[in-house]
Amino acid sequence: MPAPLLSLRGLTKTYGTVRANRGIDLEVAQGSIHAILGENGAGKSTLMKLIYGVETPDAGEVIWQGNPVRLTSPAEARRQGIGMVFQHFSLFETLTVVENISLIVPGRKAELAARIRELGQEYGLEVEPRAHVHSLSVGERQRVEIIRCLMTDPRLLILDEPTSVLPPQSVTRLFQTLTRLRDRGVSILFISHKLEEIRSICDRATILRDGQVTGNIDPREHDAHDLAKMMIGRDMPAPRPAIAREPGEIRLELAGLDYRPDDPFAQSLSKISLRLHAGEILGIAGVSGNGQAELARLISGETTRPAAADEIRMMGKSVGHLGAAARRKLGFAFVPEERLGRGAVPEMSLADNSLLTAHRFGLVQRGLINRSREADFTARCIKDYDVRTPGPQAEAGALSGGNLQKFIVGREIMLAPKILFVSQPTWGVDIGAATAIRRRMVDLRNDGVAVLIISEEIEELFEICDRIQVIREGRLSPSLNVAETRVEDIGRYMIGAEERAGI
Amino acid sequence: MLLSRYQLVRRSSASRRVAILAPITALLVTIVLNFVLYIAMGKAPAAVFYAMLVEPVVSWSSFSEVLLKMTPLLLIAQGLAIGFRANVINIGAEGQFILGAIFAASIPVWVPQATGGWIWPAMLLLGGIGGALWAVVPAFWRVRLNASEILVTLMMSLIATQLLAYLLVGPWKDPMGFNFPQSVMFQLDATLPLIIPGTRVNVALILALVWTLGCWVYMQRSFQGYKLIVGGLAPHATAYAGFSEGRAVWISLLIGGFAAGLAGAAEVAGPIGQLQRSVASGYGYSAIIVAYLGGLNPIGILFSSLLIAILYIGGDNAMVSTELPIAAVRVFQGSLLVCYLAAITLVRYRIVRVVTTEARA
Repeated sequence: MPAPLLSLRGLTKTYGTVRANRGIDLEVAQGSIHAILGENGAGKSTLMKLIYGVETPDAGEVIWQGNPVRLTSPAEARRQGIGMVFQHFSLFETLTVVENISLIVPGRKAELAARIRELGQEYGLEVEPRAHVHSLSVGERQRVEIIRCLMTDPRLLILDEPTSVLPPQSVTRLFQTLTRLRDRGVSILFISHKLEEIRSICDRATILRDGQVTGNIDPREHDAHDLAKMMIGRDMPAPRPAIAREPGEIRLELAGLDYRPDDPFAQSLSKISLRLHAGEILGIAGVSGNGQAELARLISGETTRPAAADEIRMMGKSVGHLGAAARRKLGFAFVPEERLGRGAVPEMSLADNSLLTAHRFGLVQRGLINRSREADFTARCIKDYDVRTPGPQAEAGALSGGNLQKFIVGREIMLAPKILFVSQPTWGVDIGAATAIRRRMVDLRNDGVAVLIISEEIEELFEICDRIQVIREGRLSPSLNVAETRVEDIGRYMIGAEERAGI
Repeated sequence: MLLSRYQLVRRSSASRRVAILAPITALLVTIVLNFVLYIAMGKAPAAVFYAMLVEPVVSWSSFSEVLLKMTPLLLIAQGLAIGFRANVINIGAEGQFILGAIFAASIPVWVPQATGGWIWPAMLLLGGIGGALWAVVPAFWRVRLNASEILVTLMMSLIATQLLAYLLVGPWKDPMGFNFPQSVMFQLDATLPLIIPGTRVNVALILALVWTLGCWVYMQRSFQGYKLIVGGLAPHATAYAGFSEGRAVWISLLIGGFAAGLAGAAEVAGPIGQLQRSVASGYGYSAIIVAYLGGLNPIGILFSSLLIAILYIGGDNAMVSTELPIAAVRVFQGSLLVCYLAAITLVRYRIVRVVTTEARA
């Protein structure tokens, strides 16, 4: 057996009191696709940062092509032949593809453009070098990121949850690219928590839990249930079955909503219509950047419309001109996709973050904050929604993404809303927390709450929604009953094939 | 070869210990820096520091002057700090102070014969209203046109200076004043009662302490203050929760303007006793330093206003006894602020040493 490309021995990294990585051993073979599997907070990101030189380990050894190395910066890692594609892209939207690449890769633009085309053809990563990044779809942007890494001719490519932003058809294409790369001798470290994906493409999988390696397996020999069990350390809770029931009255209605934003890079919306009833879950699917953010702000009241428009109704009342606070008073609650800085103030304690939206529930009396009620509310939210934190006085910014999401979802549900709107409920949330959040939403639906969800994860929408509508380029598809719809149908709406076929 | 460099790493939560140590460290570093400066200037540092930092507090008569200087700084800085925490940057307290002085002076100027215990409270109230009115202009333009309140408040100060000059050479000039640009001397009932016999310390000090307490309650306990803090820390969270950004701008500027106007009224009705061109003498600007040195915290501002007041009095002392130029006094204040701003970075960040190996070929 040839020597491994990369081995890690006893890698350890501690942040304050959190031991993010504890004695990690890992071997990545030449020319393999190696999955790193684990819940959020299991230490995957920390491990990748150690390998890519963003952070330096407290203890342990990195052996690269047989030699011990110290990777102290991403530049150093790139010199050694390690490339990384981050989950959130780092491209300048106002520059063209080739300009973005020339920021990192030396060379004349004409030569770079030629190489971009060449690599694109070789690996199925076609993208127009002179296109401006803001005009590209998310899938195309990811291709630019991958090409940028390939320009430096890496031996190892790290991909951080690459499929979380892609529609199903693009995922297939990405996998073809990755397979081709592997066949040419590039090893790939593939981070994900999507089990089926890992089973379909990876040769090896290393499973992390609580900062330690808990398994080193061939994923094709295990089923998804086994993998999940290794990942969360216990059996996965089964999704709660939705009680069949007739939907109630219309709680939220959008009637031909048109919206043209001031920001030239924002998506405009055209003739958005939907009806959300009491006791149902409506999902809005779509690749992010197709108008979800703009639609969410219009529904939440963070963006308001002229009173005359009468395009948005809640509980039968025209609310387009009302701000977020007035809509909340009608029984609307909202979990935004950005947790830090929007759904919560990072520098404030959880208790003070309760106050953000729960202030009407007895937490404020005669204009003064009632600290003991604030603490009670927060403690109840922490307990009922299983938020892992030292207590109500912990700063929101110190919580992991999944725990903060549980806190925000809990806070909004505790407001006893008539409409609950959750944007990207499980973005960056581990499986355990994601399952808990989905169960809560099904419970609410069964209790007669109208639930609206925007999500990119089709599996998630299929698991909990009664109906799905797909958003693409600011337009919303007709409503599709989940029971009568296949994943591929949704996928076609996501990439617009339905429209072309329909004409 | 091993190389080491230093990096700032964000702390998981703000360090309370550093928050308290930061101003003290900043003061010590400032003293060291200025020590070097004084030696380079050929002054005896010990004499300068004694005159500047010790003399003001050892004798009762000079300490009472410190308290007198501290009063307007404390009043203004508490008001400004509320706005600063909401990220509404009012740097025009100087102008609001002048308007407060003008409004307060209107009573003794127009009815110089009036008597009664109502006069000085009415003057203080009018002063506060005058300062707040002057802040209406930047608030309106910020909310309606998104015009930067930083620029508008600053420009309004220049207008206020000219308005004061116009009144003093024109309609409000003392007819018996030998053509000096100043108003009549205020009648006794139009001056603030003294609270410590034998000094010039007046009721405004008590008012400033009560105001401090009020600001503390407002920022620590009130929901309104909470909304302002959220707006300063996370504007998107404000929109998400449905708190009005416009209201935060109005509240911040009106409170800041009121406090500065009150301080202006207390100055003319207190130690000065008439309206003059030099009423403001930079209190509105120094209060910005006071607010930040106090960590924008009402209790911290209590200490920072005392410190800056000591430097005011001590700076005068040093100018007289050691012939220190006034610029050197200002350098001391400025370097103190710079050191403090550098030090408070460490409240949220810590310094980490990173060891690197030289790149391998």
